[in-house]
Amino acid sequence: MTSSFTHLDQLEAESIHIFREVAASFQRPVMLYSIGKDSSVLLHLLRKAFYPARPPMPLLHVDTTWKFREMIAFRDEVAAAGDVEVLVHINQDGVRQGISPLTHGAAVHTDVMKTVALKQALDKYAFDAAMGGARRDEEKSRAKERVFSFRNAQHRWDPKRQRPELWNVYNTHIHKGESVRVFPMSNWTEMDVWHYIRRENIPVVPLYFARERPVVERDGALIMVDDDRFILREGEKVQMRMVRFRTLGCYPLTGAVESTASTLDAIIDEMAQSRSSERQGRVIDHDPSASMERKKQEGYF
Amino acid sequence: MSQGNTSARSSLRFITCGSVDDGKSTLLGRLLYDAGMLADDQLETLTKESRRQHPDSDVLDFSLLTDGLDAERQQGITIDVAYRYFHSARRNFVVADCPGHEQYTRNMATGASRADLAVVLVDARKGLLTQTRRHTYICALLGIRKIVLAVNKMDLVDYRHEIYQRIETAYRDLADPLGIRSVHALPVAALTGDNVGARSGRMPWYDGPSLLELLESIEVEPAQATDFRMPVQWVNRPNQDFRGYAGTICSGRIKAGDEVMIQPGAHKARVARIVTADGDLPQAHAGQAVTLTLDRQVDASRGDVLTDAARPAAEADQFAAHLLWMGDEPLLPNRGYWLKLGTRTVNARITQIKHKVDVNTQAKLAAHRLALNEVGYCNLDLDHPIAFEPYATNHELGGFILIDRQSNATVACGMLDFALHRASNVHWQHLDVDKLSRARNKGQVPRCIWFTGLSGAGKSTIANLLERRLCALGYHTYLLDGDNLRHGLNRDLGFTPEARVENVRRVAEVANLMVDAGLIVIACVISPFRSEREFARNLFDEGEFLEVFVDTPLEECERRDPKGLYRRARAGEISNFTGIDSPYEAPLQPQVHLRTDRMQLEAAVDELMAHLLPSSSD
Repeated sequence: MTSSFTHLDQLEAESIHIFREVAASFQRPVMLYSIGKDSSVLLHLLRKAFYPARPPMPLLHVDTTWKFREMIAFRDEVAAAGDVEVLVHINQDGVRQGISPLTHGAAVHTDVMKTVALKQALDKYAFDAAMGGARRDEEKSRAKERVFSFRNAQHRWDPKRQRPELWNVYNTHIHKGESVRVFPMSNWTEMDVWHYIRRENIPVVPLYFARERPVVERDGALIMVDDDRFILREGEKVQMRMVRFRTLGCYPLTGAVESTASTLDAIIDEMAQSRSSERQGRVIDHDPSASMERKKQEGYF
Repeated sequence: MSQGNTSARSSLRFITCGSVDDGKSTLLGRLLYDAGMLADDQLETLTKESRRQHPDSDVLDFSLLTDGLDAERQQGITIDVAYRYFHSARRNFVVADCPGHEQYTRNMATGASRADLAVVLVDARKGLLTQTRRHTYICALLGIRKIVLAVNKMDLVDYRHEIYQRIETAYRDLADPLGIRSVHALPVAALTGDNVGARSGRMPWYDGPSLLELLESIEVEPAQATDFRMPVQWVNRPNQDFRGYAGTICSGRIKAGDEVMIQPGAHKARVARIVTADGDLPQAHAGQAVTLTLDRQVDASRGDVLTDAARPAAEADQFAAHLLWMGDEPLLPNRGYWLKLGTRTVNARITQIKHKVDVNTQAKLAAHRLALNEVGYCNLDLDHPIAFEPYATNHELGGFILIDRQSNATVACGMLDFALHRASNVHWQHLDVDKLSRARNKGQVPRCIWFTGLSGAGKSTIANLLERRLCALGYHTYLLDGDNLRHGLNRDLGFTPEARVENVRRVAEVANLMVDAGLIVIACVISPFRSEREFARNLFDEGEFLEVFVDTPLEECERRDPKGLYRRARAGEISNFTGIDSPYEAPLQPQVHLRTDRMQLEAAVDELMAHLLPSSSD
């Protein structure tokens, strides 16, 4: 192998291969777009895989209605670029019930507005392959998941009966109503993602960069007050702090980290020194230890 | 964590394997810890969970880091492969922690298929175990040629040199005949970290590198294959002016102007451009995902392989290959499976199991079928030729999976060895008179009417009446009766599942010849398995095949028992009897469904006639 063919080149080629395999093998593939840095990379890879053709699959954003405003603005810019179709799905039942992370808690909100919403959207459009930016280094049950991860007609994952997956020969055969979740970035690490973003000059939501932002301290996390729906608890005070986000999600459930890293180089430097893991800021993950596995069995991405 | 200048580092993919309780997950956790890859919050979680699982101990249970599934933590075993990512100053590592239990061998194969190297753990107190032999064999089978032998738990044998030496010698004796070219051995104690990240002072007789140092420095063998090969994955046609062949180059290199061959076949063209989103490349090499345009119009599509025109790949449709069976249902020779190799999917059947290999002892044994986790050396027959390379030289063009056509499960992985050259010497002879002209002479549309159902269901009786009716109307017919054929063509076959598969295959092929001759063929065979009926259907042209389900409840068949067979089967005098101790898979969507317990014979025949000759009623 040529020495100039780097680790990132290998990862990129592997991901492109997976994208093309999906496009060639499925009737109605979709790319799940969550607006975060991994989705930014995934979209970049999607465009690269099919160049000079336009990407042969739409993007789907499952909007919980509680995303940071800057995320939605960023999504709308992506849609405005015009080369990919961006579908947005909101669980209207959940909206009618007034489901909110502030009043119903992280678990109920995530189940109704993310997991159920995702299943609604997949059924509505009859997607047979849903591609996502999840990485195996994120979490323990993700570390066990196949690149092509089979789901039954109820969208359930059976971790004990995964299809064997040999080499890069993927079994894409499914019955009607069944589907696969496909993870082209399975073998990327968080550090790879940032190095690749820097190398390829990929735009990401500005929330990843440190700035003065209004936050409150809640249950040990720094929560940004992004709009006037936020309800202050007794004793909580909004203060301006120099913070950034390591992962993005629903703003009341996403902890910021104090940081002065306002450039890509600074972020990468900061991460190299960091002693905490990526998902630490996610309130939803702080349920019992195996919660991701359970959520995934129920259809969560 | 150390500075992540990922681009300057080389990569190594490896697996860890060994017997249950050899300390595999612990070693891996320790390795991550020593490499400084555990974040504070991960360590905190680990400490908490260690306490919960082992309330009496302060020791960190590193195995909890890698066993990710609930069931795994509860049972304290590894069920599926866990992938971990870490790095040192010199290398990025992807490690697949593989399960040790025999029942999860297919998951181990999943991990091993993409590894450059295997770390095999052996418990110093126990020495080589059956599982050590099996894992080493599977590694060799999947083409891993480098092994690091980690003799673990040295702390529990007082770090004694002679124990280590004995195990090392025994392991080399095991690995050598399997073709494993390099074995690096070292003594470790995973729990205490001796020789894992840093060298230990407790074993002065060992002056080699620690495990981490070894993994950092071991040379990865470059791929053996050097000829240009690229399976076409997807044809890129954004507009009329652009036609590109997208794929990942699996071996060799290519540059603009090079001549390629489109295989299978002999068409040639020159590479016009090597297109990527970052601009055209002057040349490209193995591992790169590119899009090639050619200098002329050729017929190439997904599944074809672009190869160096001067050094093309071999093509064949019959092979000898090793199969690792991963299906819950056993492999049945002559049943059709999907075979996927590279980007090509074809129909395949295993014509013969030459022998199976006892994965624990590597002894060769005779076999008629392969069960879950068994390895066999088999002959394969494909319905289309493919371009291939032996697995030993090219994993991408020699490694394949088999997919069950009913369940869509991945039921085997296979490693092509060499082509059997029978097919290439037997060409199709072109015949001037074809099916259409033969049929026209007889003034009829040839058909195959396939009766399936339990013994005693009434298949032969109805078929017989049907043929009489057709014959009286002047049609040219023939009735292939399963029982009658077993007196001649099929008299070498018994009633085991594998014999039934072959029985149906032969009847289907004969019926196909007769349809080609222009006849209306009535086939009467129990044909209990969906797969084989599907195989039969696929031999015929659209609309030629009519599946008739003669549906009689088992109790009714048993009551009739025209040949006294049910009585004998119940008495245990006959085995493998359909409906008694052998399954019948009812058709899901037969074209004609005859409920003989609810209708008269004549009515059944009327219904069939209506299907065959829809216009005859007016």
